[in-house]
Amino acid sequence: MTTSPQTDPGPLRQSARAKRATRIADAASGGWKVVAAKILGLGVVDAIAIYALFVLVRSESWLVAGLVVFVTLLVNWIYFSRGKLPAKYLAPGLIFLAIFQIFVLLYSGYIAFTNYGTGHNSTKADAVNALLLSSQNRVADSPSYKLTVLEQLGELSFLVTEPDGSVSIGGNERPLEDVSNARVEGGVAVGLDGYTSLGFSDILGKQTQIAAISVPLSDDPNDGMLRTPDGSSAFLYTSSLEYDEAAGTMRDTNSGTVYSDIGTGAFTSDAGQELLPGWKIDVGFDNFIRAFSEDSIRGPLISVTIWTFAFAFLSVFTTFALGLFLAIVFNDKRMKSRKYYRIIMILPYAFPGFLSALVWAGMMNQEFGFINVVLLGGAEVPWLTNEWLAKGSVLFVNLWLGFPYMFLVTTGALQAIPEELTEAATVDGAKPWAIFRFVKLPLLLVSVAPLLISSFAFNFNNFNLIYMLTNGGPRDVSAGVNVGATDILISMVYKVAFVGANRDYGLASAFAIIIFLLVAGISIISFRRTKALEELN
Amino acid sequence: MTATTQDADAAVRSHVAVGHPKRPFKRYFRETGWRHLIGIVMSIFAAFPLLYVFSASLNPGGTLVTANSLFSNFSFQSYVDLFNRPQQPYAAWFGNTLLIGGISSLGTVFLGALAAYAFSRMRFLGRRVGLLTLLLVQMFPQLLAVVAIFLLLSGISEIFPAIGLNSQIGLIMVYLGGALGVNTYLMYGFFNTVPSSIDEAAKIDGAGHARIFFTIILRLVAPILAVVGLLSFVGTTSEFVIASIVLIDPDKQTLAVGLYQFVSQEFSRNWSIFAAGAVLAAIPVMTLFLFLQKYIVGGLTAGSVK
Repeated sequence: MTTSPQTDPGPLRQSARAKRATRIADAASGGWKVVAAKILGLGVVDAIAIYALFVLVRSESWLVAGLVVFVTLLVNWIYFSRGKLPAKYLAPGLIFLAIFQIFVLLYSGYIAFTNYGTGHNSTKADAVNALLLSSQNRVADSPSYKLTVLEQLGELSFLVTEPDGSVSIGGNERPLEDVSNARVEGGVAVGLDGYTSLGFSDILGKQTQIAAISVPLSDDPNDGMLRTPDGSSAFLYTSSLEYDEAAGTMRDTNSGTVYSDIGTGAFTSDAGQELLPGWKIDVGFDNFIRAFSEDSIRGPLISVTIWTFAFAFLSVFTTFALGLFLAIVFNDKRMKSRKYYRIIMILPYAFPGFLSALVWAGMMNQEFGFINVVLLGGAEVPWLTNEWLAKGSVLFVNLWLGFPYMFLVTTGALQAIPEELTEAATVDGAKPWAIFRFVKLPLLLVSVAPLLISSFAFNFNNFNLIYMLTNGGPRDVSAGVNVGATDILISMVYKVAFVGANRDYGLASAFAIIIFLLVAGISIISFRRTKALEELN
Repeated sequence: MTATTQDADAAVRSHVAVGHPKRPFKRYFRETGWRHLIGIVMSIFAAFPLLYVFSASLNPGGTLVTANSLFSNFSFQSYVDLFNRPQQPYAAWFGNTLLIGGISSLGTVFLGALAAYAFSRMRFLGRRVGLLTLLLVQMFPQLLAVVAIFLLLSGISEIFPAIGLNSQIGLIMVYLGGALGVNTYLMYGFFNTVPSSIDEAAKIDGAGHARIFFTIILRLVAPILAVVGLLSFVGTTSEFVIASIVLIDPDKQTLAVGLYQFVSQEFSRNWSIFAAGAVLAAIPVMTLFLFLQKYIVGGLTAGSVK
């Protein structure tokens, strides 16, 4: 198992001398170019890793920094040591695979157990800050603070002269600190060493940026913030919310309502009203329970699952049937100019799929599309907006997209079936249909079965066609999530996570995990049946 | 229909020559004529949408409605307009698509070939498990993990903006995450067909593993490298889901993301400009396809017969 037949000629182990000889030959033959490329490549990797370490240590991401050190050492160890050939060839691909397939798979699993999404995408401290910021009102009799806007390395700061004459500096979400060495002109601080003071024209140019800055007066957010409408004087703004850190509650000073943290990831009042943004918490199986118990989600989930399987199966079936039919029709040597037909029929396969879907969406437009206006003489058939017609349209367009592939594949497979079989069957008195049905088709299915399975898998996740042609629509208005009649599982995940104002990453990931379990289960069963893995030995 | 009648005439002549004077056309039709009929119908079905886009792109300032009068106008104005829209930087989309597709497919081929070589030529602990794992991981397509990819990249961009969200390098790295998998399998099968006696001969001549791999094996498996490269190029250039969440600035987007947003925002109004964009976008891919047609068909059927 561990050594290959070609390096290990028999049950006897290679002698140490022979091994050394191989190694020397290996090293001598590599040539300086290979060595140079190796050193250069590793140098680049190490340089990037060291740079990354600096940044990571500065931002105090210790875990990631540790991982970077580990992976870099591993890579150096693999490539600098003699031997470890398989690892040398596998490492680059495996590193990418580990991060962008395996890690994200596990990470999806983690997200599925959180309430991550719109309004719940950060920590509690961030949420408190955002809430206090968003509910600010100018204090009616606030004194005016004289202000100079400073810039350092692209970051803006406020140099504030307080009414009592003391000078301090602060920035966006960076509380004021006293400074003593500011340049003062006419009782107003106008500059500070190491900073550039912005002139009038600079302030005009960065007006929106400056207006968005709010500088906390002190570490306690309840003290209020300084904001400036014009870049030369600032006013005190306080929040209508008051945060009580000890009790962990928010109090609305206007209405007196108290919002407390009841473990749902947002401040909630006794009446059940939530303050958003909230923060991210682990919710355990809540997302899965919601997916299976809430009617407004379970209904769409079930119907989308059924449609996904129906769509994938019908897609494979229709394209295979048409492709096979055409392959038989054109598999006749007496027929001339088959080559030209073949080139024309390959065109849909060569045309980028996402463009085809958009073009068909135009042609099937209810009011202006070619099919309704020209072919049907002005009939307004709702090809893409009626539930069942949309499903039919999706299958029809997919037939257009997919039959060339099946045509090519089945043509190849048909030609690989020996002519003698047909002759033998004819001699035995079989009719052409019987020959096809009992001789050719079984042989054909054996050779194209793996392709049919992979085509099923492709269509199971055929996001582009669905999303570009119908956008998943027509929308199911009764559903609690953003899904429509032609949505398949993958487009549902995308829409729940990224389309519309309400993004629910947690629920979307839960859907993804459910799909994964579904697909993995089916695959394991079908692998057991086909024993496709036996050839791996 | 002229093709049919011409062929019919030819058939008549040939049948007369061989000596089937009785109702030759009927016989011809029964044998091959009907096949041409199907061929013509299918050719129209296959080619019509493409002719429709082409005609729409030649209709200056055309909408969905004007696109219905096929080939009534001839003007390249839409192609000119396409490149003069600051809100929709088509030229940038085009360049980005070629760049991202090109680098990703080269990287995919290279990483996949390295792994396939190891799996095909070396026997090591965990080889079978490794092959099985690759197969299993593929069952969870990257598309499904799109939320996690988005959050991972947004986490990265807080520390390294250059490879995080809104970065093309980040997107390419995500695509390379899928380099091992189906591609490796396709290549692994092909590598196995190259006799290992060639490696051994080179080894006896004193070549190291790197030289054998880069100068001998890679050349011998060039056809499968071309097929995998092309398929992954086509795959990445039309990939929408991940590209749409990673690339935010219009200047950085790809054709799939840009054109989709263009159409969904101004659907019927600028149809001819979209059509021009679609025609130009399809040209590189279709050219590659028609040139490499033989290899692709060979690769597909080889895969099927295996």
